[in-house]
Amino acid sequence: MTAVAFSAGAANPPAAGGPDPDSALNILLWIVVPYVAITVFVVGHYWRYRYDKFGWTTRSSQLYERPLLRLGSPLFHFGILLVALGHVGGLLVPASWTDAVGISEGAYHAVAFGLGTVAGLAAVAGAAILVYRRRTVGPVFSATTRNDKAMYALLVATMLLGLGTTVLGNLTGHPHDYRETVSPWLRSVLMLQPDTELILAAPIGFRLHVLAAWALFAFWPFTRLVHVFSAPLGYLTRPYVVYRSRDEQLGTRPPRRGWERPRRPRQQVGR
Amino acid sequence: MRVMAQLAMVMNLDKCIGCHTCSVTCKQTWTNRSGVEYAWFNNVETRPGQGYPRRYEDQERWRGGWVLNRRGRLVPRGGGRLHRLSTIFSNPRMPAIEDYYEPWTYDYETLTNAPLQEHTPVARPKSLISGEDVKISWSANWDDDLGGAPEHGAADVLRRGLEDRVRFEFEQTFMFYLPRICEHCLNPSCAAACPSGAIYKRSEDGIVLVDQDRCRGWRMCVSGCPYKKVYFNHRTGKAEKCTFCFPRVEVGLPTVCSETCVGRLRYLGLLLYDADAVLAAASTPEERDLYEAQRRVFLDPNDPAVAAAAERSGIPHDWVQAARRSPAYALINTFKVALPLHPEYRTMPMVWYIPPLSPVVDALRDTGHDAEGRANLFAAIEALRIPVEYLARLFTAGDPAPVDAVLRRLAAMRSYMRDLNLGRDADESIPAAVGMTGEEIYDLYRLLALAKYDERYVIPAAHAEQAQALEELATGCSLDYDGGPGMGGSGPFGESSGGPEPVAVENFRMLRDRQRADTLTAATGRRGRVNLLNWDGRGRPDGLFPPSAHDTAAPGGAPSRTDTPGRTDIPGPDHTENGRAT
Repeated sequence: MTAVAFSAGAANPPAAGGPDPDSALNILLWIVVPYVAITVFVVGHYWRYRYDKFGWTTRSSQLYERPLLRLGSPLFHFGILLVALGHVGGLLVPASWTDAVGISEGAYHAVAFGLGTVAGLAAVAGAAILVYRRRTVGPVFSATTRNDKAMYALLVATMLLGLGTTVLGNLTGHPHDYRETVSPWLRSVLMLQPDTELILAAPIGFRLHVLAAWALFAFWPFTRLVHVFSAPLGYLTRPYVVYRSRDEQLGTRPPRRGWERPRRPRQQVGR
Repeated sequence: MRVMAQLAMVMNLDKCIGCHTCSVTCKQTWTNRSGVEYAWFNNVETRPGQGYPRRYEDQERWRGGWVLNRRGRLVPRGGGRLHRLSTIFSNPRMPAIEDYYEPWTYDYETLTNAPLQEHTPVARPKSLISGEDVKISWSANWDDDLGGAPEHGAADVLRRGLEDRVRFEFEQTFMFYLPRICEHCLNPSCAAACPSGAIYKRSEDGIVLVDQDRCRGWRMCVSGCPYKKVYFNHRTGKAEKCTFCFPRVEVGLPTVCSETCVGRLRYLGLLLYDADAVLAAASTPEERDLYEAQRRVFLDPNDPAVAAAAERSGIPHDWVQAARRSPAYALINTFKVALPLHPEYRTMPMVWYIPPLSPVVDALRDTGHDAEGRANLFAAIEALRIPVEYLARLFTAGDPAPVDAVLRRLAAMRSYMRDLNLGRDADESIPAAVGMTGEEIYDLYRLLALAKYDERYVIPAAHAEQAQALEELATGCSLDYDGGPGMGGSGPFGESSGGPEPVAVENFRMLRDRQRADTLTAATGRRGRVNLLNWDGRGRPDGLFPPSAHDTAAPGGAPSRTDTPGRTDIPGPDHTENGRAT
């Protein structure tokens, strides 16, 4: 990591008058934090899946309360799905690509701002309903763990920072073009060539949103948010009724290493 | 022909006295846990009545099961795959806790620690959901024995259109009990509804199970099942359902509900069926033909061609033999007295019922007639259309003819056997009137009235016997799961996270061996631990009681287990213990 940081710093001498990208704080916030968060996110999910398949669930509270969930949950989920799609488009697709297809900067931002605000407002409104429900409906509240509360705080903070930056930035009339700063910075992080200067050029709102997001990603594998990765897309293609043989293994534990039953190697031909 | 085996249950409703023993023992075995307080894998309903959960049969509202679409293709009533995924964030068809009931306990502590006061302290009911005081206003059998029927009975879904005839005035009522478990359908709509593919049908014995490691808590199975027999554990966030007591049936023991049934009304047996014919049968255009269609899916195990096909499909020989002795096959296809519950849901249910003749007999007896005379009984079945029509709505999608035929066969059996029991000559015209022979009538009588344990429960064991026992002795460490993070209560990711505690098949095998043993043997504990869960009261395992002074005074003394009947294990006046008679 330090080698990466060093090369990044060397490749980009500090701009005159700007903040120093090589300061310890900036290296920590914009190089160490992202990589730690990504590592925890990936390894954490792998570990959680191996260790805690039984705990991998939405932990739905629909049985406790219905009317508010009926309103808030689809609002939040569909909103946040759209927001996530927008982030993929805005962060991972370089501006040069959309230019090449012939989408003008103005058109892109109008669409991104319009859709993003609508989806963001829907998600925030849904989250507000859900948080209100969680606090006021007794059984739902008592089923809320401390882990859940921390997750809600991080998630809502990230969403509010993101939405606030988008809306407030556009109210000024000179919205910051994050496709010049945040997006290329994130791509540089993902390509293991972090360019801290880019993110330092972004307004404070964006930077706070990014930091909150890293915290959320690092916490993600240990919360119920893991249910995002069990989105049941396989349902669309599988047959309706699933047949499964009684477990191949005898007994309730896998055999100890070296005690596996003899098994015919899988045939390559036939059937 | 693709032969598959299915464990099926038949319940003889004439014998059900509504004692709820099956429900209680099932509850103690499977659902006496946090999160499923409200769930009854086995429940007993009084019919006419709303059932549990309330009005579960109203598929206009819950949209469970399957329907034929305009092109005659079988589709889930709750909508196809895309529709289900679009409603995944808030299942609009899921019953709320009020539709089951709000589980409660009583604040017994107040009784003992209340300060001295003028009035006797009372144990208030407290909700197990919210912890608050609760006014108990519904439960799993609130309308038991038609209690409150004038108020609640009108909501019975099956009574719609029969209001003027199914009455709740005392003189005009009839009632019977309907014990219900999961139907373990051939065409399960809960499995079809599961987005994660966690619900599966076991290819060996057809038991429908929820893979707790794959379930993600999308709740679609709850609304997909028309019998509302999949429950959502609100603590773990996973679906749970009747397991057909698979750890028991795998070693040849009957399910807990069958084992403990006071009326001995449950029959367990194998059915062979043609898996390729299931879809076509479930797609039968006319709902009233579904009963016959499903019956035709079952294969005759005595047919050599079927036996050969079964062996080709990998069904073990002893399973085919068990299918030949199956009481379920006899009652469903040989005697044709068992009927499926709500075949119109098109799930091909596999828990069948012998409809009750007793409402008819009772009504007849109350009129002062001879309630077992053939002519009287047959005439009464004709005349008393009320129970028949109601039963038809339960068992044959509203077609009274099959119910009528079953009741006539049962009536014929009563009349014919009465002659024999009273030492009269057999009247062969009675069986002839229902298209049976006297011998068949006797066989049916034997199966319904006399059949012993081994005839009622014909369950071939799963084929892992030796390996299981060996595993118990030689391999594995029983502490693999104990003390693991997340076990026994709240884990780091919420209630009961971490690996689930396995149900050890081998313990049930040993339980069966002990139950069938002729001698009093001690339940052998493992490494000095005594598992009271599996201790059946026979013998005294090591370590059940702490060593007494008597023991320690005589090192290497009397062995602490007994293998001889009637002998106490430790001699001495302070240790006398009654040897339990077998």
